[in-house]
Amino acid sequence: MTEHLTPPIFDPADAAAAAARFSATAHPDVSYALIDSPVGTLVAATTDRGLACLSYSDHAGGVDAVLDHIAARISPRVLEAPARLDLVRRELDEYFEHRRTAFDLDLDWALVSPFARRVLAATREIPFGEVSTYAHVAAEAGNAKASRAAGNALGSNPMPIVVPCHRVLHSGGKGIGNYTGGVHRKEALLRLEGVLLG
Amino acid sequence: MTKPPFQRFLDAHREDVWRYLVAAVGREAADDCFQETFIAAMRAYPRTRIENPRAWILTIAHRKALDHHRARARRPVPVGAVPDAPAPPEAEPLGDGVWERVGDLPPKQRAALLLRFAGDLSHREVAAALGCSEEAARRSAHEGLKRLREELAA
Repeated sequence: MTEHLTPPIFDPADAAAAAARFSATAHPDVSYALIDSPVGTLVAATTDRGLACLSYSDHAGGVDAVLDHIAARISPRVLEAPARLDLVRRELDEYFEHRRTAFDLDLDWALVSPFARRVLAATREIPFGEVSTYAHVAAEAGNAKASRAAGNALGSNPMPIVVPCHRVLHSGGKGIGNYTGGVHRKEALLRLEGVLLG
Repeated sequence: MTKPPFQRFLDAHREDVWRYLVAAVGREAADDCFQETFIAAMRAYPRTRIENPRAWILTIAHRKALDHHRARARRPVPVGAVPDAPAPPEAEPLGDGVWERVGDLPPKQRAALLLRFAGDLSHREVAAALGCSEEAARRSAHEGLKRLREELAA
């Protein structure tokens, strides 16, 4: 025997399993999961209040940046716990399979500023299969002249798809406008809802 | 300075904590202590200033291992009933058995060896975890090794 002890042999899979048990049974402030969808992988995060974030995993700096943002803005007690996102996953699946036109999920607006919240609340009122304009949701949010600010609020929508910012377009045929996950996704969602053909 | 998401902290330290606990309490009890360790850590996480995350989580694991040993010492050993079948073999920690002998050392020596060699902390970090001087931590580890050597030679 020398002046040290050899560390015990252990199976890393045991450590991973223990960590997974912890994540599944602990009570974090925020639970998240990666959810596959026809428009790409989504980072979904929920609090006790409801869904706080549904971010495209290849946007907003990627998964790590999204989780950093949540840790800074809501709480660092963040754990990956897919079972707590089952309801979100189910409603999204139904939406993409044409079996759902409106989401019944509770939402947590923790990541949204007061003005943006009014814009997004107006956006939620746009029904499946219909579209509106930046000017209209700005007016609904209480400031008809703030269509650019409304555009910014929609661009930083932390819960796309569920808060259907893809249904807000430029007025006067000036194109469909930008989208938080890229214009191709906006087009895909509008196609799914029958607004865009082809 | 905001903290990273706890999931990232857990992923970064789960193997260090697991390895430490396998040595400290054995493979069978390691999972319970692991859960207790990270529950306590997550509770304190947002409001604790954490200079050295690895030393911090291993210090918590050390306390949970002590709790485990205390609880086991208090539990009465059933006597009288004679089992019909031979008792199942005792679950043993993985490895060469030396860590079981470490478990029988006096508390200070045991703690110093576990944190130093199963936790891979420096003597300075061990001292911080145990609330003693670096010199005392070094001495405890040295005495523990000496005693182990004597026992193995016997």
